[in-house]
Amino acid sequence: MPQYTLTINNQEHQVDVAADTPILWVLRDHLKLVGTKYGCGIGQCGACTIHVNGSAVRSCSLPVSAVAGGSMQLTTIEGLSENADHPVQQAWLEVDVPQCGYCQAGQIMSAAALLKSNPNPNEEEIKTAMSGNLCRCGTYTRINKAIALAAQKQ
Amino acid sequence: MAFIKTKYNRRSFLKVSAAGGAGLMLQFSWLRGMAQDNKPAEEAFDLNAYIRVNTDGTVTIFSPNPEIGQNVKTSMPLIVAEELDVAWDQVSVEQAPLNTDKYQGQIAGGSQSIRRSWDGLRMAGASARHLFLAAAAKKWDIPIEDLITEDGQVKHLPTNQFVAYPDLIQDAVMIPVPEEVKLKDPADFKLIGTAVKNVDGMGIATGKPLFGLDYMRDGALIAMPIHPPAFGQKLKSFDATAAKAMPGIHDVFTINTTLEKPQWSDVNAFNELVVVVGDSTWQVMQAKKAVEVSWETVEELEDTAAHREKLEKVFSSGKGEVKRKDGDPDDAFAKADKIVEASYYGSFLAHNTMEPMNFFADVQADKADLVGPIQTPESLRKSASALLNIPEENINVDMTRMGGGFGRRLYGNFGLEAAAISQKIGKPVKLVYSREDDMTQGTYRPSYMLKYRAALDADKNLIGFEVLGSGIPESPIFENRYPAGTVSNYKAENFGVETAISTGAWRAPRSNFTAGAEQSFLDEVAEAAGKDPIEFRLELFDKAISNPVGERNDYDPERYAGVLKLVKEKSNWGVELDGVYRGVSAYYCHNSYVAQVIDLVKDEDGNPVIKKVWAAVDCGIVVNKEGALNQIEGGIVDGLGHALYSQLTFEKGKPMQQNFNRYRLIKNNEAPAEIEVFFVENGIAPTGLGEPGLPPIAGAFANAMYKATGKRYYRQPYMILDQQEKVLG
Repeated sequence: MPQYTLTINNQEHQVDVAADTPILWVLRDHLKLVGTKYGCGIGQCGACTIHVNGSAVRSCSLPVSAVAGGSMQLTTIEGLSENADHPVQQAWLEVDVPQCGYCQAGQIMSAAALLKSNPNPNEEEIKTAMSGNLCRCGTYTRINKAIALAAQKQ
Repeated sequence: MAFIKTKYNRRSFLKVSAAGGAGLMLQFSWLRGMAQDNKPAEEAFDLNAYIRVNTDGTVTIFSPNPEIGQNVKTSMPLIVAEELDVAWDQVSVEQAPLNTDKYQGQIAGGSQSIRRSWDGLRMAGASARHLFLAAAAKKWDIPIEDLITEDGQVKHLPTNQFVAYPDLIQDAVMIPVPEEVKLKDPADFKLIGTAVKNVDGMGIATGKPLFGLDYMRDGALIAMPIHPPAFGQKLKSFDATAAKAMPGIHDVFTINTTLEKPQWSDVNAFNELVVVVGDSTWQVMQAKKAVEVSWETVEELEDTAAHREKLEKVFSSGKGEVKRKDGDPDDAFAKADKIVEASYYGSFLAHNTMEPMNFFADVQADKADLVGPIQTPESLRKSASALLNIPEENINVDMTRMGGGFGRRLYGNFGLEAAAISQKIGKPVKLVYSREDDMTQGTYRPSYMLKYRAALDADKNLIGFEVLGSGIPESPIFENRYPAGTVSNYKAENFGVETAISTGAWRAPRSNFTAGAEQSFLDEVAEAAGKDPIEFRLELFDKAISNPVGERNDYDPERYAGVLKLVKEKSNWGVELDGVYRGVSAYYCHNSYVAQVIDLVKDEDGNPVIKKVWAAVDCGIVVNKEGALNQIEGGIVDGLGHALYSQLTFEKGKPMQQNFNRYRLIKNNEAPAEIEVFFVENGIAPTGLGEPGLPPIAGAFANAMYKATGKRYYRQPYMILDQQEKVLG
């Protein structure tokens, strides 16, 4: 199997995996970074959202061969901040968003990418940007509240 | 002030009690080491099954029940901490393993965790608190009555003496466990009723490995199942030559988890599976596609269109079971001035927990470790024991946090499958379902039909009420629930339709459909009676309060009416706003009462937008305000989502929705912009919250849509089956 070099959370990792292996499974199975979740495998639920060069992407649909090499900086929930002090994480704790919590890493990563591209989104912009992240527990009103709060915090 | 028996009816000392007393509510254990001189000093002491006092001054509280997102991992320890009288920031929480000697009812189901454990959890805290008080009284030679506790300390106010619990631990463990303990007066609660944040909030926000799918051990392999594509089919043969040659694949074989005496929790359509085992998930996913399997049809392959016909036709089969009859309904309908009739349909629903089914198993010759997300750990252990032929006492079941339950994880087939695979390969294994595996091997919410009739006399009084229910496989009627008890002539009759599709409990079983249908129908009846929908319901409650019909009514009409009155007041019901369409609904289930008002507006394309939902809730004492709010908010969003968008349909036995590209869950931009929740304040022992928020909202939505469109909504999911075109135009 080919060897790939990945930069994840500012650290270099070498992995031996098939070229079509989604980054999601490289993270979870090979690097033991399990904060990024498997939900659907077809980019429909957002549970696997990570950042590639600061933009939100669905890691379940992103083959390792597409992001290997030095120019691609991958960030997962584990690397979003040093001490859970990213404004989005802080807001999530303050608003007490989660119920089961499974989708929340993906929600947080999508929210962090949104605020990076649009630091002060209105309600409609938040809802539109977050409509690709499903939550079966129905925490959407809290998610939106937390994003508005995070926007103030940054 | 309440006293409660500890069920610890003999003078036992903590240090000796570990040897006996299995099955007691409080099984006290004594950590090893006290008698051994050369061991380092103990860092922690277990006061009982729930409480560990650490010598650093902190307290660990064990949460006995499975956590599926209903937040019991926060609220159960909160109750213990309240009676123990420690500050919440001194407390850390750990998930207890399955231990039926120490704990009772370790199950997540029926919104019963708090209700069933309320007394026991309080007792655990209060009896431990007593030990500290008695230890201080002895130490200072002061009557125990002169001492108080506060924030993990015993205090003697007159002399200004105080001592922290950990400093009393050596003495406390020598105090006999009291036969009776004094519980706090709810008026003195310091923690219960406050807003406390999720104890796993930080772990969730930082991506810690909390869930079953995150659990792994060195050397464990990954396994994935292949099950028949259609209900009514079974495995005929398979050829795994190509799959076995693929990289990372160890083996492909079949397992069979059929039990001689299955429990209710063993519901499963496909006991015989092909299993692919390999090094990593992606490799196994690829190899699954390369296995050539043939299936044979052994039962009828069912279709959704035919299901709907069967649900309707069974009403004229003469095979109904009359569950309740009051007065003479036939006579009432014969005499009626006006009869209102309506029929309601609901599709099958999948659970679709965001975390697909999975389980870890390490089965050895005479023992097994099973770890993962399970709502019924005790049932899993029992079935696993039968399947593996290993005694229950040699099977350890640990519960991980669950990425949702909603009833799916009551049925532990995936746990048995993991166990069977591990036993077969002689290695630890993690079984993983793909989303498609998860959605197509479910224990689905049954498909339902309800047919209502109401008889009004010339003065618009409700003189007769009839409900016929059919379901695949069973009817969703609760025959002793409102409006039973409020109408002199009443009938409820059940009809069933057989199926090869596996079904089971889905968040608020039966209520999740019945509430929407019944509350839509009552809206229609209120309109026919020329009455405001809230006033109409309240008049019926008046009758149930002053002169109830029948003796088996399962609700308290005053509390039921209470939530309607509260939501009426809080939502300013009766004030009409231009362009805002309102609907109301109220329902009782899982021992709690919920009334909801919804406001709809139209967007520029004429589509409905849910602006706001008000909810009034009577669940007795609210343990954790934050968690309680979250449950009700989530129930509303989840209830709306499934009533408006979600369905699982079948063609030739095959589920036509296999992933989220075709199975619609509610999205962020479809959820209410605002939800405001009000709790009735009373001193009644707490009741369910995980489920009661969900059922009524479908009715409130349908009733608001009627206001907006003049059209009644009868078929769920409404936005797919009832709203074929833009009706708000």
